Amino acid sequence: MRDTAGTQAKPVRMERPRSQWRDVWDQFKTHKGALVGMTVLALLVAFVVIGPFVWHEEKLTTTQTYLNKNKPPSLTYPLGTDHLGRDFFLRMMEGGRVSIAVGLVAMTISIFIGTTVGMLSGFFKRLDGPLMRLTDLFLSLPLLPLLLVMVMLFRDALARIFGPELGTFVLIVIAIGVTSWMPAARIVRGEVLALKEREFVLAARSLGTPNRRLILRHVLPNVVSPVMVAATLDIASAIITESALSFLGLGFPPDFPTWGRLLFDGLSYMQQYPERVIWPGLAISLTVLAVNYIGDGLRDALDPRIRGR
Amino acid sequence: MFDAAPRKLVEVKGLKMYFPITAGIFRRKVGDVKAVDDVSFDILEGETLGLVGESGCGKSTCGRAILRLYDPTEGEVWIGGENIAMAEAADLRRLRPAMQMVFQDPQASLNPRMTVADIIGEPLEEHTKLTRDEKLARVYELMDAVGLNRAFANRYPHAFSGGQRQRIGIARALALNPKFIVCDEPIAALDVSIQAQVVNLLEELQDKFGLTYLFISHDLSMVRHIADRVAVMYLGRIVELAPRDQLFDRPLHPYTEALLSAVPEADPETEANRQRIILKGDVPSPANPPKGCNFCTRCPKVFDLCQRVKPVLREIEPGRHVACHLYETQKETARAGAAPEARKSTQQGEQHET
Ligand SMILES: Nc1ncnc2c1ncn2[C@@H]1O[C@H](COP(=O)(O)OP(=O)(O)OP(=O)(O)O)[C@@H](O)[C@H]1O
Ligand SMILES: [Mg+2]
Repeated sequence: MRDTAGTQAKPVRMERPRSQWRDVWDQFKTHKGALVGMTVLALLVAFVVIGPFVWHEEKLTTTQTYLNKNKPPSLTYPLGTDHLGRDFFLRMMEGGRVSIAVGLVAMTISIFIGTTVGMLSGFFKRLDGPLMRLTDLFLSLPLLPLLLVMVMLFRDALARIFGPELGTFVLIVIAIGVTSWMPAARIVRGEVLALKEREFVLAARSLGTPNRRLILRHVLPNVVSPVMVAATLDIASAIITESALSFLGLGFPPDFPTWGRLLFDGLSYMQQYPERVIWPGLAISLTVLAVNYIGDGLRDALDPRIRGR
Repeated sequence: MFDAAPRKLVEVKGLKMYFPITAGIFRRKVGDVKAVDDVSFDILEGETLGLVGESGCGKSTCGRAILRLYDPTEGEVWIGGENIAMAEAADLRRLRPAMQMVFQDPQASLNPRMTVADIIGEPLEEHTKLTRDEKLARVYELMDAVGLNRAFANRYPHAFSGGQRQRIGIARALALNPKFIVCDEPIAALDVSIQAQVVNLLEELQDKFGLTYLFISHDLSMVRHIADRVAVMYLGRIVELAPRDQLFDRPLHPYTEALLSAVPEADPETEANRQRIILKGDVPSPANPPKGCNFCTRCPKVFDLCQRVKPVLREIEPGRHVACHLYETQKETARAGAAPEARKSTQQGEQHET
């Protein structure tokens, strides 16, 4: 019990309300799918982040490489070797690092832009027209030529600042981010248009709440659900777009593995070695599925109407 | 002003709220929805003014425009000596605590993602510099005042009944010790037993805190119960404004008559004798109101002048205001309807229509 300041003299029950984040976590724990998804994602992240340090390094001479190529699975090479004699297991680990990082960062960028644009155009009538036309413009742009131009223009500049690999990473996540925010923007705008006419927003307005707090306190928390869905879908498409870019030679260099890259490399040997397509495919699917379930559980946990059911 | 007469707290003068209608690719303005059209009235300190009228007549819009939730097209709203309709943003924010609103739909007026403590505490968050503990103490105090159990502070709005939600809304409106509260159909979404509870709560709070209400409703019996004076609205305009008992005993405007004739009486004898006045036709669109009196298309006592000239609200008995040509003095009638021929032709036109 805490004593109250002020004029209150009579003893009152002054229990502080429970923290909401405890409730959120409690609800999240009851969502089986979300827990499984979380575990799977944790394992995958551990696999790609810690794995390469634990696993033996590859230092092969040219002859060894030649002799090693296309080996079947063995104890030294659990997933066999690829057509250049490289350990496929190690390549899966290294590739996952980039793929997961690209997926998460590109998703964050795309959701951030999408939510901001959607929020502004839904909330401020004056911005609605221009911003929605901008969205339409981006939707109608032919994506690949655009990406091509972006890579041509900025690759060297970014490589100079961040180094060749990080430079490519930055370029790719930004490129994917700025070309995939449109669906999120449209969804958010629709929700905001409906929300801002709700009476609780009007009630906050009647207090003289400035727009900034109106948005942060009342509108944003209520668009979480659709944003969460868009976000989980975005991760999947970002991983796949990255692989397409790498395949076209616009992304990471050919010897730099990513799951998407491995998948495309495996395609040409699919008849003889189907596992080279299956493993990266499986890894991508697992990541996407895990993130989807986590998003699902988080969405439920954040919604007080579902929480406690 | 130190005389015995109660002070005017709210003065509304010629308030107009038009919503533009736009059309075409260029969103050109093609007209206006005249939701509130030249409304004037006063509310005395400590009294309850009932505002009644059928759905869509502009009651909510009027209430919201008074609190400057919409920017009025024209007119003045003086609350406690300040013109709300013209105030700058910074001044307005300073004035906000004195005027609050209780909303029609208790479900929609509470943010589903905030706890009760946060909802009631929001006004304090915005307008005071209390510490967390002081704020919490005030929230609990308010919950006591509206009869909510303190143990509910942590719950979310969806876990409450309609009546309880409305209590939350009332507690929020009370948080900053307002002088004036607009109650926008606070009981319309509740069932009858709960309605009585909420109305009694509102009356109790009025006595306790000396509140002034603008009580918007379409439930005439509830208005009769709570209001001191009643304003009747039709299609964006006030047609009659009178003390409660006089209005209910002897309505003057034909629309008020029709409205009151629809209220069932408790006494079976009078109920048996009750003559319902059934109005014909629909309410005209507020985008295109009739040229003369707004009620002329449905009025049982319509005559030619009604088709041409909008009647203004004038005091015809002490405290009783009516906007109807029936009650205008002979001289004024003669002046306004100067052309007898025109009168005849419109009368015929009217007969053709019906
Ligand atoms: N934002 C708006 N834009 C355009 N027209 C509006 C807007 N708000 C209200 N209106 C119109 O103004 C008129 C009055 O609406 P208002 O909500 O004030 O009615 P009301 O008397 O409160 O009705 P109810 O009893 O159903 O609540 C209606 O014709 C409505 O269509
Ligand atoms: Mg209304």
